[in-house]
Amino acid sequence: MAKLWPFLALLALALLLPLTGNEYWALIATRACIYWVLVAGLNLIVGFAGQLAIGYVALLAIGAYTASVLTAGTVMEPLPAFAALGIAAAAGAVAGVIVGLPALRLRTFYFAMTTLGFATIVTQITLAWQDVTGGGIGIPGPSLPAPMDTAWGFYYFCLGVAVVCTWATANLARSRFGRALVAIRDSEVAAEASGIAKPKLLAMVFLLAGALAAFAGGLFATLQTYITPDAFTFDLSLLFFIAVLIGGRGSILGPLLGTILLTLLPEVAAPLAAWSTFLYAALLLVIVLAIPGGIAALLDRSGRRALPEDRAIRPREAGLRTLIGERGERAVLSLKGIVLAFGGVRAIDGIDLDLRQGEVHGLIGPNGSGKTTTLNVISGYYRPQEGGMTLAGAELPAGRPAGRAGRGIARTFQTPRMIGEATVLENVMIGATVEGRAGFVEALLSLPRQRAEERAMADRARLALDAVGLGGLAEARADRLQHSELRFMEIARALMLRPEFLMLDEPAAGLSVEEIKRLGSLIRAISRQGVGVLLVEHHADLIFDICDRVTVLNLGRVLAAGTPAEIRVHKEVVSAYLGA
Amino acid sequence: MLASILASGLAVGAVYALIGITYNTMFSTSRVMSFTAGQLGMLGGVLGSLFILRLGLPMPVGLLATLACCALLGVVTEVVAVRPVLKSLDQHLYVLSTLAVALLIQHATALEWSTEPQPFPRLAGIGTGVWDEKYWLPVVACAATILGLEYLYRYTLVGRAFVAIAEDNFAARALGLPERNLRMASYALAGAVGALAGFAGGQLLLAFFANGPLLNFYGFIPVALGGLGNNRGAVIGGLLLGLFQQAANFMVGGIFSSVAVFTLFIIVLLARPQGMFGAPAARRV
Repeated sequence: MAKLWPFLALLALALLLPLTGNEYWALIATRACIYWVLVAGLNLIVGFAGQLAIGYVALLAIGAYTASVLTAGTVMEPLPAFAALGIAAAAGAVAGVIVGLPALRLRTFYFAMTTLGFATIVTQITLAWQDVTGGGIGIPGPSLPAPMDTAWGFYYFCLGVAVVCTWATANLARSRFGRALVAIRDSEVAAEASGIAKPKLLAMVFLLAGALAAFAGGLFATLQTYITPDAFTFDLSLLFFIAVLIGGRGSILGPLLGTILLTLLPEVAAPLAAWSTFLYAALLLVIVLAIPGGIAALLDRSGRRALPEDRAIRPREAGLRTLIGERGERAVLSLKGIVLAFGGVRAIDGIDLDLRQGEVHGLIGPNGSGKTTTLNVISGYYRPQEGGMTLAGAELPAGRPAGRAGRGIARTFQTPRMIGEATVLENVMIGATVEGRAGFVEALLSLPRQRAEERAMADRARLALDAVGLGGLAEARADRLQHSELRFMEIARALMLRPEFLMLDEPAAGLSVEEIKRLGSLIRAISRQGVGVLLVEHHADLIFDICDRVTVLNLGRVLAAGTPAEIRVHKEVVSAYLGA
Repeated sequence: MLASILASGLAVGAVYALIGITYNTMFSTSRVMSFTAGQLGMLGGVLGSLFILRLGLPMPVGLLATLACCALLGVVTEVVAVRPVLKSLDQHLYVLSTLAVALLIQHATALEWSTEPQPFPRLAGIGTGVWDEKYWLPVVACAATILGLEYLYRYTLVGRAFVAIAEDNFAARALGLPERNLRMASYALAGAVGALAGFAGGQLLLAFFANGPLLNFYGFIPVALGGLGNNRGAVIGGLLLGLFQQAANFMVGGIFSSVAVFTLFIIVLLARPQGMFGAPAARRV
């Protein structure tokens, strides 16, 4: 909470603003607050989840028109202003999900395009639906009851809403939901392997952002006192979008400053007003090319502090017992007759495999023999054409990678998948996402259960980092770690699940001899806690040192299976793979 | 009525198809979808009107000048907004950088040209009614472009190099193809194609700065539905879109036709994200 002072300083400035006695400033500051209510939600979508939703002015328009139409009484009895604002927020939430849905299926550019298209459509509808919206002539906005009916009264109300939005979105950003959003942005595959269900999570965030945007729209209509379709130009959309990007991804303070900056800019530089959109666009280009990190990156000094030079990874296996516990009964994960073909190539051609808890099972074979493919079938990324899998006697459904974490199956990747802009600790905490019980609303409001859960998760992540030997790097940004450290970080993330089965895809690749030795003993210790380990590796020494069982694949088939001692002298294995 | 639906539908459809080809031409060498495609089409109309009506140049000179300006703009786009972000294609920064350039173009046009639609000159003065040149010119331009591109891709060395880069960037570079120069050339080519779209459709769409976003969206639909990089899909999709849109225009009115197009677009894309003729996404792990 050390970073609270910039927010408090801004709030103090905002509270003191009425001392100027200048109502023109009240107007500008109110507008900044209203924009921020929208941007705070959009920030979660663009800055955290990385979805390029450009046309958010559409939701502002929906909120503004809903609130205005309901209070003006063009279609029904006029409602009180606050009821209208509430209904506007609800309408915005629905619209937010509808606009957001394509993000679940479509690629980035496509999604950007559909939000743009949606913005155009909404404007056209407001123009054409004259009976309700007043068409080009417009409609009066809602007016709030006293004491919010004066310039300063309304300003304080909007400021209050803005403060609540800042607080709530900051809470969410620091929760497992915020981490999961960033994980989706930076490494969707790792997010899936940690059991993060992208559709559900994004739907909730779109709901929230839509409601906030439409509520802001209602306030906007109140501020304008009269709205026409002209008020909702694409330029405004651009302002919201660029405010987030100037601010920087994954930050709350940055976009807040960005919003204030962009709201003030045309006022301070009045002669440039006609060029404002041109300037926004130029600014966007400069940010993308020169400072992709935005204001947040400029402010973040701790991210640039040097890490110690002579650091070594020293796993502490003693911590594993408290971290992942003991397993009583030993279960089996078994594959029967798995066949998977890509076009004409049979990458896996009828493989049987039994993984037992408490054992290290090595999977070796030449390149292209189907090792990683087998691992991907187990973890659900590939759906085999034939064969089936069972876990502890129950069927393990093919496909559905995000369901694996919930079943206690964890994995690492051949190239470490990390969330570069998050700290090592946060990266590891991602692994425990499925265990979270506190809901979205609890996270928003930072309720006691949420806080307790968060503390427990952080403690366990530190334990996991200590166990793999990265205890000293918990607060470092993950993209500053060395390759070997990332491999151990991935193992820590997988251990957060307290996995029943752990699959490691070439964990020793790129490690020094000393590190491989430590890795071997760590893997061994993990398996002794009753975890079933599947180890895909090329380092024959490591395999024969630590495995209880070894399966050798060749051309998608099992060439041999048995104890390391049997495999080492197996004639075909020696000639096909190990060499004399 | 059927005749006018067909005439105007095929005409705007041909413009959409050409913008789609503009997208594809840029995409093929860089794997980047650029927001500038629609702006190039808009500029084709604005520059054509500027050169021929305002400056009084003869039609062929005006056409060549328009194409040259947009080709140059294509190269500038490549240098400014595409090359710097190619290194990290997976971060999708190109969406933002090309959007920024597109907006710069659009707003510079609004400020320096006009914010009102300006007239576009009659070019050949042939035909009346549904056979008016404003209806058949875009179709002819589209057909000529397709034939030209087919010739380029099949029978010339440069064209084959384009195809090679589009097919397998790494292999093409390993063979010593000048990837960067080819990419710049493809952006210049895309600029010219986009300009031709706006020029040929100038009498329909007028010289109007706000045409950019519309062309961007309606040119993108055939690309998305036909599959990225698939010119045949873009042409078929563009013509169908034009016909559908004009039919809806005549029958139920403009606003509802754009809502209908948008809804249809979203539904088809959600059902088949890779487009009607595209291949499913490749492996991720």
